Order: sequence, then structure tokens, then C-alpha cells
Amino acid sequence: MPYAPRGVGHLRGDQPFPVASRAALADTQLRRNLGKATRTIRAKRAAVVAELPDWEELRAAGQAIKEHTLAHLDSYLEQLESQVTAHGGTVHWARDAHEANRIVTALVRGTGAAEVVKVKSIATDEIGLNEALAAAGITAHETDLAELIVQLGHDRPSHILVPAIHRNRAEIREIFLREMPGVDPGLTDTPAALTEAARLHLRRRFLSARVGISGANFAVAETGTLCVVESEGNGRMCLTLPDTLITVMGIEKVIPSWRDLEVFLQLLPRSSTGERMNPYTSMWTGVTPGDGPQRFHLVLLDNGRTAALADPAGRPALHCIRCSACLNVCPVYERTGGHAYGSVYPGPIGAVLSPQLTGVEDNASLPYASSLCGACYDVCPVRIDIPSILVHLRSRHVEEAARARRVPTAEAVAMAAASWVMASPARYAAALRGGRTGRALRRGGRIRRLPPPLSAWTSVRDAPAPPARTFREWWRLEHGDPDARG
Amino acid sequence: MRIALFVTCLADGLFPQVGQATVRLLERLGHEVTFPQAQTCCGQMHTNTGYLREALPLVRRYVEVFEDCEMVVVPSGSCTGSVRHQHAMVARRFGDEALARRAEAVAARTYELSELLVDVLGLEDVGAYYPHRVTYHPTCHSLRLLRVGDRPLRLLRSVAGIDLVELPDAEVCCGFGGTFAVKNAPVSTAMLADKMRSVLATGAEVCTAGDSSCLMHIGGGLSRLNAGTATVHLAEILASTQDSH
Repeated sequence: MPYAPRGVGHLRGDQPFPVASRAALADTQLRRNLGKATRTIRAKRAAVVAELPDWEELRAAGQAIKEHTLAHLDSYLEQLESQVTAHGGTVHWARDAHEANRIVTALVRGTGAAEVVKVKSIATDEIGLNEALAAAGITAHETDLAELIVQLGHDRPSHILVPAIHRNRAEIREIFLREMPGVDPGLTDTPAALTEAARLHLRRRFLSARVGISGANFAVAETGTLCVVESEGNGRMCLTLPDTLITVMGIEKVIPSWRDLEVFLQLLPRSSTGERMNPYTSMWTGVTPGDGPQRFHLVLLDNGRTAALADPAGRPALHCIRCSACLNVCPVYERTGGHAYGSVYPGPIGAVLSPQLTGVEDNASLPYASSLCGACYDVCPVRIDIPSILVHLRSRHVEEAARARRVPTAEAVAMAAASWVMASPARYAAALRGGRTGRALRRGGRIRRLPPPLSAWTSVRDAPAPPARTFREWWRLEHGDPDARG
Repeated sequence: MRIALFVTCLADGLFPQVGQATVRLLERLGHEVTFPQAQTCCGQMHTNTGYLREALPLVRRYVEVFEDCEMVVVPSGSCTGSVRHQHAMVARRFGDEALARRAEAVAARTYELSELLVDVLGLEDVGAYYPHRVTYHPTCHSLRLLRVGDRPLRLLRSVAGIDLVELPDAEVCCGFGGTFAVKNAPVSTAMLADKMRSVLATGAEVCTAGDSSCLMHIGGGLSRLNAGTATVHLAEILASTQDSH
């Protein structure tokens, strides 16, 4: 199965995670912004989830619907296509980012428009649509407040739900003053003032736009209905005012029936914004004469998703409904932010999704960007066992790297040696005895410095000095002949 | 009851006092402890770093060594988690369904120490005495993989003389994560810094947990800072008595 192609879109970072995370760790402003924002949203989510006595049943239902859908994805996608078509829409199939960008660019060109307004959409960011449109002379205006902040700041999103989570309001004020044409030079950094400035800036765009571009949270196969949930109303503007609407949607977003929305519209807002219900839920089915966009195009995007589908152990990553609860509870994400992951999908879900879309070797450091603490699995509204998928992807990396190299890595040699030693009690006991030579390094009962790669440990932590006697030696002394017992 | 001890490679080689405390505690409670000498390591480090093929012989060894035992105790949440949640997966990955079934059967009789004491032996007060200010860190795999819940705290609350203080943000990972601590050392350190801040804020002399690995990480950081707070495994506290003090 083909992966998402290189050289287009935003699924691969320039640097591996351990390198890319260094700058973020040292950025005190960023650390404070992230700590404050994730702590707040964690508490909100926990409070509204605790209100529902059937939360665990809802999670199980969400998981079951997604498992069922992915097992029959081909037929549900065809059903969606026929329903959208029957209701006056046009469906396009895009194998990858290049195809999707070509399709959307041609559609916009066909309208003669030089500008488009966009609903916040990670799928279009994944494929680098804004850059593709710009290359064709078309300007894309982001209308979600946080996406606008990111776009005006010539920045990259760092969170699935809150793309500008790495910015505080003082920084946002500076960006607006610098980049927003005609902004009030007396702009303050109160949330109301910043929002008002954005509102004035965006209103002109909404009223003049002839083409809107969106993603989709869900698409109902049985009716051909698309669904976008949002908080600001900008989505409602983009989805209803322009004459042409183009929706780019990952193929895994389809759900079988209208009834299934009952589950997801409860799971998603509580998990993502910590609200009982999101302020705006927009749904549309093809084209309605005289009401809303009169031309509707749905672009179904693969871009590596079929490759993820083909791996049974990795497949559950496609259940994701992009709530970002896993980011907000992740102790790694909280300290590094999203940019270190190098992909539009950061955090725990990004660490299992990005490598599957690009091929593990193109994002080989991401499955290791986790302590496997399991907090992500606990909050996932569709019960994606992220830690298990991380381990699975690590094993895929180890196997693929071994096949690609003639000489094994030092790590692979060490792991093989450790396995060989520990597969035999005699070799193992000898190795433990050998470890005692480490006692020579001890100062006051602890070891301050070890050679590489363990120097990464002792650069900030002491290491325990090996004991005079291992446990098994003590046991023999205390309990005598080993063969007599146990 | 006859209970086999899987001491774990880390305790065997670096923290023998944890194994000794487990033996002392269970024998004091009137049980017979055995130590099958052919045991080595559960293979968690290999599995979690992606070396499943290298973990396979260790899974097989664990199964062969312990499958005749009525009950196995492990003074580690994460090694118990590996036995229970990973061994069968590793066997199946290489098509060995028979080994996977045997692994599941042994895993069902493998207990983390606090699970054994509370669930199997029905105890909360094990007759321990430990006159120190202590805070408890619930390690991630105990908490979220095994769901031990408040079992360790119930055991600790029953210890005579103890001054047990709550750890702020207790459920947040300490940043160890096995090879994560080396592969992503700076992030691991950032997480450790916050955990140490929480531990030190309690004013405890001792930070305890059910995993030697996390304690090695937290303790290594505290020791480097000469912070005056030590890390002690839960088994050592529960094994302490008036006589041993």
C-alpha cells in the first residue's frame, strides 16, 4: 500500500523528535503557556466526563462503530459517494496529497475565484493545500481564530484543537498589530479586544468569499450528510455563505448511519473542549436549491490511510475523531508542545498516526516519543490503545531498520546480547556477578558518571552502585542448595 | 500458601533488598516463598524498545520456569504488566499460539505485590512499623495497566508509625519509561524535575512506589541534588517491623 508521498504536506519533520524537542524544552514562555493551557482543559474535560454515568459505554460504542466501519470501509465509502451524488454533490477520490491538491486547485480555478475562506481543517493542512493554492495564485484565508493567529504569525499549528496553544495573548496582540491590515493601533491584549479585531478582519472575507473549503468531522454514509463541529461560528459562515463549497475528508471519517452521530456528538465535545455540547454543529447533504452553496465537492483523501488500514495492529489509530484529549494529558506533549513532532498530528495520536501514514522509517523517532505512561489510552473517547500501537510501531521500526542495514546498530547488538545472556540462567547469573565490577565506579554508595550511552542517565541522575551480593546469591546463602527448593 | 517469587532482573542485580523484603514479608505472614533459580527477565525492555524477536526467548523462559507454580508474586507493577499484557502478544507475533495460551495461563496466576496482599491474601494491615514521613508515587503501569488503584495506599495507611503524605499530581508519569529515559533524556529529565518538585513539596523523607525502575529514576535525581529524600520500595516498608528498627 502506498504511503503519503514525500515533498508535499506536513507529516514529516526536519529533525528527529529528540533533537526537535530541545528548543521547546528550553523555551520558558512556551512551557508556561502549554502547562497552563493543558492543565485548564484537562480539568474541564474531567469535570464534564464525570457527569455521564454511561461514559465507558459510550467509549465502547464509539470504538465498536469505528471498528465496524473500518472493516467495511469500501462499501460505506461507495454508499457515501452515491448518496452525495444523488443529492447534487460531486465526489472526487484522491489517492494522495498531490492528487487532492490538484483536484481542489482545479475546482477553485474553475470558479475564477482568487481567494477562498477556510474552516479549520487538519486534513487540508496535512496535504499542504494552502501552499498548493498559493502556487496557483489563490489566497487561502484561515477563519478559525487560532488558525488565523498561526497563519498571520507565519507559524505552524502545534495542537489539533488549539493550533495556537503555544501563544499567549501578549504574543497574539503583537502578531495582530504586525500582520493584520487596518488593525486598531491601540489594540489591547484582552481576549474580548483580540476577538473583536479578528471578527472585523474576518467579516470582510466571509462576505466577499465565493469559495469555501472545509474538512469534515463525520460523513454519514446512509444519507450522504457531512458534519462539521466547531465553536466560533466561522465554520457556519464558510459552510453557508460561499457559492461553492469544497470539503476534503480523510476516508476514515465516514460513519454508517445518522444514529451513530448520537454517540460521537456526545464523545467529541466533552473530550475536546470539555463542553457538554459544542456551540455550532453544521450538517449538509449535497446541495439544497436556493439555500447555501449551490456547488458542493467532496474530496475523499487516502494519503497513507489504506496503508494504516492494512496493518491490523496499527489500524485502530484510524478510529481517531481528532478530539486532542490525548495531547492534553500527555506529559511529553505538555513539555515539548506540538512542533517537536514535525507533523500536523502531534502528541500521542500523532506518534501512532504520522508514522503509519508516511511509513515508519520516515517518522522513526515518533513511536519512541513516549514513556508509555498510558494516560492517553485512559482518556481516548474511542478507546485507542495508543501505548500498544506505539510498541507495535517500535517493533516495525526495528525490523525495517534491520532489513535495510548490512551492519546492525549498536543498540540492536546490545539488545541481542542482552537477550542471549538472559535466555540462560547461567549466563545471566555470570553477567550479574560481572556487573559488580561497576562497584569500582561508586562514590559514597552511588555512581555519578557512566560511559555512553548510559551517560545520558548519569548526566542528570545518579545511578545505583551494584550491591555486594545479588539477590540470587543472597538466596543461596539463606536457603542453601538451589535445587532442593523451587 | 506456597508463593513463587519472580524477583525481576533489576531487583536481582541492583536492588536485592527489594527481593529480600518481599521474602521476609511473606514468610512473616506465614507463607512459603520459593525462588526458581532458572528465572531471568520478563523481557519488558526488549518488547518496549521494539525488539520483540529478542523478547521471545525471555517470554518462553518465564512461562517454562513459572507454569508449574501455583502463584507468582512480582515486586514490580511494570514487570507484572509486561507478563500480563505483552507476553501472549509477543508469542502470537511469531505465530506461537501454544506458547501464547500457556503465557496467558501463567499471567493469570502472576500478581504484583499489592495485588497479592490485598486481593489474594485479603490483607491490608501486614503488621509493619515504619516511623517515617512517606509519600507514595503510583507508577504508571501499576495505575493504568494493572489498575491496582488504592491497594498500595491501603497497605501503607495500615503501617504503624508512618506519616503518610499525599503526593501532588501523583498520577503523572515520573519520566522514566525504560529506554525513553536514555533516548529522550531531556524530556525525561523535564518530567523528572516536576516529579521531584512534587515529592520535595511534601517534605517526605521517603518516596515509595511499587517499581524499582521508577524509584531508580526518581531516586537518582534526588540523590544527584542531595535533596535529603530517599526512595524506598513498598516491599521494604511493608517488611519493616519494630524489631527491624
